[in-house]
Amino acid sequence: MTFTIAGEKKEYEEGITLKELIEKEQIDNPDYVTVTINDEFIDKETFADTRIKEGDAVEFLYFMGGGAN
Amino acid sequence: MSEIRLIMKKEDYETILEHCRKGLPNEACGLLAGTVEGNVKTVTKVYLLRNIDESNEHFSMDPKEQFAALKDARAAGVGLIGNFHSHPESPSRPSEEDKRLAFDPTFEYLILSLQEPDNPVLKAFEVDKEKNVFVHEIEYV
Repeated sequence: MTFTIAGEKKEYEEGITLKELIEKEQIDNPDYVTVTINDEFIDKETFADTRIKEGDAVEFLYFMGGGAN
Repeated sequence: MSEIRLIMKKEDYETILEHCRKGLPNEACGLLAGTVEGNVKTVTKVYLLRNIDESNEHFSMDPKEQFAALKDARAAGVGLIGNFHSHPESPSRPSEEDKRLAFDPTFEYLILSLQEPDNPVLKAFEVDKEKNVFVHEIEYV
């Protein structure tokens, strides 16, 4: 099955979940990552149940913030 | 100082400065799109984002605004290469929180200090995975 992550084509087995994809892609600090699939924001609570489909466009966005201290 | 150079148009600097001054007393923030060729990073567009914390000691970007900037940059054939935020009352250097929340070692983290209102100081930093900080030269064109 082929889909894209950050615009790059990726090949993974059918039925892979978002949670599994985050592990396989070795995304650091996953608690700070927001995910979109086909421009839709995915609720973190549903990562384990969300299956990636052929042709999907997946994006990982890191939380961006900070402080003065 | 590492060898990486960040090239930025003077008007982009002015845009960042104006956004950060308008945001006072709170921190302001935004994103930088551009290109990377070897050790040279060139800013092609500045995105002005909201600080959803509305705080003068913290900032957080809205993921929806981040995503919109990412899509716009991609459509222009470039990528997001960095971000910026202001320190209204402290120097231009990454705080412990800034370092902790700097997740991308390839990103440019710019901090504009407005501690001295008439003498704004903008610096660019790299934060590696071990949270070591390196200053990058900014060249204005």
